[in-house]
Amino acid sequence: MSTTAEAPKRLTKKELTADHPTWCPGCGDFAVLAAFFKVIEKLQIPHEKICTLAGIGCSSRFPYFVNSHGVHFLHGRTLAFATGVSLSRPDLHVFAFGGDGDGYSIGGNHLDHIARKNVNLTYVVMDNFVYGLTKKQTSPTSPIGFKSKTDPTGAIDQPVNPMKKLVYGGATFVARTHAAQVKHMMDMFERAILHPGFSVVEVLSECVVFYPGAFDAANPRKGGEFETIDEKTGDGTPEDEARHDITDDVAAYRLAAQEFPGKFGVFYQAERPTKNDLEQKWIDASRAKTGNASAKDLLSARFDAMK
Amino acid sequence: MSSTTTSNSIDQAKTNSGGKGVELQNAVIRFAGNSQDGIQTIGGLLARLAGRSAREVMTYMTIPATISGGPSIFQVHLGSGEVLSAGDESDFLFAFYQHSYDNHISSLRAGGICIYDSDEVKEIQADRNAVHVALPLTSTVVEVLGGSARDRGKNIFVLGLVTQMFKLDREKIVGLISKQFGGKSEDVLRNALLAFDAGYAYPIGNLLSEDFVMQEGRGAQVDKVTTDGNTALVMGLLAGGVRYGAAYPITPWSSIMEQLRTELPKYGGLLVQAEDELAAVSTAIGFAYSGHLAVTGSSGPGLSLKMEALSYATMAELPLVVVNVQRGGPSTGMPTSVEQSDLLQAIYGSHGDCPRIVLAPKNVADCFYIAVEACRLAKEYSCPVFILSDMALSSRIEAFEQPDLAEFVHEHPLDLSARDTSFKPYPLDGRTHHAPPGSVMQGEKYPVVTGLEHDEWGHPSANPANHQKMTDRRRDKIKACATTLPLPEVYGDESGDALLIGWGSTWGPIREAVGRLNESGKKVAAMHFRHLHPMPNGLEEVFARYKHVIVIEMNDEGLYGYGQFATLLRARYCDPKIVSVCKTDGLNYKVRDIVTRVEERIANS
Repeated sequence: MSTTAEAPKRLTKKELTADHPTWCPGCGDFAVLAAFFKVIEKLQIPHEKICTLAGIGCSSRFPYFVNSHGVHFLHGRTLAFATGVSLSRPDLHVFAFGGDGDGYSIGGNHLDHIARKNVNLTYVVMDNFVYGLTKKQTSPTSPIGFKSKTDPTGAIDQPVNPMKKLVYGGATFVARTHAAQVKHMMDMFERAILHPGFSVVEVLSECVVFYPGAFDAANPRKGGEFETIDEKTGDGTPEDEARHDITDDVAAYRLAAQEFPGKFGVFYQAERPTKNDLEQKWIDASRAKTGNASAKDLLSARFDAMK
Repeated sequence: MSSTTTSNSIDQAKTNSGGKGVELQNAVIRFAGNSQDGIQTIGGLLARLAGRSAREVMTYMTIPATISGGPSIFQVHLGSGEVLSAGDESDFLFAFYQHSYDNHISSLRAGGICIYDSDEVKEIQADRNAVHVALPLTSTVVEVLGGSARDRGKNIFVLGLVTQMFKLDREKIVGLISKQFGGKSEDVLRNALLAFDAGYAYPIGNLLSEDFVMQEGRGAQVDKVTTDGNTALVMGLLAGGVRYGAAYPITPWSSIMEQLRTELPKYGGLLVQAEDELAAVSTAIGFAYSGHLAVTGSSGPGLSLKMEALSYATMAELPLVVVNVQRGGPSTGMPTSVEQSDLLQAIYGSHGDCPRIVLAPKNVADCFYIAVEACRLAKEYSCPVFILSDMALSSRIEAFEQPDLAEFVHEHPLDLSARDTSFKPYPLDGRTHHAPPGSVMQGEKYPVVTGLEHDEWGHPSANPANHQKMTDRRRDKIKACATTLPLPEVYGDESGDALLIGWGSTWGPIREAVGRLNESGKKVAAMHFRHLHPMPNGLEEVFARYKHVIVIEMNDEGLYGYGQFATLLRARYCDPKIVSVCKTDGLNYKVRDIVTRVEERIANS
């Protein structure tokens, strides 16, 4: 039991590194992990307060590769689990990781509800448009026409638009980035972590085995174009008029409707009370009303009322 | 006003106390009306009065599974001695409508008294062996309260009538009415008291050939707690140290989550209403992982949805209290009827080899004690612990002595102490005590809690020998729990014809049946299980003393002729003398049913 007062060691990538990732060579998720380490290093979050949670899928192996308190939970239920952690442990920094299947398909309903409740945590979706761990089935973000083992002649169902889903759901920080753009990704992660409330970063992270080249259109090194969102600065200039207002959900929705690969950056950010704060307010008021009575006294009073 | 009196009258458990009226040791009073008549209110107030008069009480109610309206009954069994069941038959029936009369007159015992609303009930079975008393209830109440109060106040009028008829403590009842309606507008309380007084003053004595006195209770004059099973369970969870929970509404579980939502913040905790059952159990496991004692719960169908996550809690060895207020199944089934058909689901409902603890309370007071025990076991064995309550217990009101809070209140403070280099979350030679997030790991390797098979350090491992060892470990800790469990009490003959085995809410009727069978010369006893999985060891020695072991359950006999608990007992003891008495009609066992079917079982083999 150590409660020594010595200055905490500076947290670096070395302390944060755990098992070597089991991802395939060339997987986009390596870059996501590296960017996450760098941002944590920059923000110097106390080591024992970092909590990384994930569901099932290739990207959901994330917690094994980060040396922090972590959980490898069920397919699709990470955000529900994370709700329990975030609401009962305000001292922690809660991170949830997962893929498109975990987040938009089997866990799609939980995403809507954690978004409207605005639970304080950061969620990173590594979206590769395919089920990788189970070896190439259609995912909720697979584009129409994508040939997979479950759609050998090409996918026919309209894919989920993650940005629309998140804005509609009520997430208070919604950003989109690309695993090949490490600086941009780090910027998005940092802003998401600093945002009070439910923050989501969707990362296009290529599956080089089952959907190679999926995101080349947004990768300048592969001949594509990485177009970022020009955010309003409020400088009053005429150019600023044309820029994107991140507090405008309708503008965010319009941006999300752009044809693939679309734009990258912060689509939407809003200030809204978190569920954490609202519940804590109620707890504090309830405790105050009881005069901070002990459990025994509270139970005793309630039993008396039943006599 | 007419009174049709036929042959005999109250003749059971009475002594004529010359002029003071017929003294009753027991009275079963059934109120039959519609759910909006507030007959539950009368029942609740009578039950509470009993709790304040050292009398015993047990209630039974049926409510329609509709949003509003529909036939409903509330039965109150009052007694000055031990009251073990809500009563097979009623001594008194108050029928509010024709359908109430038609459906419930058969529940009145021979010679019983039926008081009916002659404004509503037009046809009576005059040839029945019963005392019929016509009373223009609706028009009398309208007269008392004014036209607008139609359909309201009939219940409180009847309560006044009952208070008069049984010479109950008027002052105490008025106090309880004032407490119940005091929070509402003055008009509401004034009308309630007006209706009560009118009922109390109604000249019912002119219509009955005798009046009644409830014998005083024999116990000490302590005010008892009077409440239903769901509320007692909530109190037990709070006492046991549950501070967090997550749930989704479903009948009859909902009133537990509603109460926890209001109560937990007073204790510094929280109940989250989740978007679905999957989220509810996952959030609750999130609370558990965070270092708290948490609860989730539901009723049958909801539990099916939680099963995947519950196997995670077994695998990751996280403590969790799981409540199932069982109802009639399968599927949506009979949501407001009682059944005990989720036992095997509780034990085996998850995928994989998934051992966990399953308990069942025997009565309302035990809902408190079993919840406290579930909390302790969850922490001690770091696994899910089921509480199998049921529809009958959830809404039934009983009076019991207040538990000793000095003994039964526990706190589980968050343990974030630094863990040294020897820390192993899953030691092969010890129990799991997790290091919740926020704990400094001096070995510098932080733990990842996982649903994958893992080694002692929690690291994923598909090593064949490891999987066997870890499976053994998860099973053996539950077997270790069994060695700490007491043998259930043997109630009745120490040896003889039959041992009746029960679990859950059938405790009272089975106990009463033993009494009746003993009286008729049968050597029988009852053994009631509160710990269903693991069950205590050493049962075979008890079974050996009886010719028959008869397991009485409210579930189906299945393809092979045995109820769910009987199936387990047969699997464990391979003893052909273990047989079943089962039923699934959505109703509580009547004592008489048990007596008859046990007699048949004994005679037929």
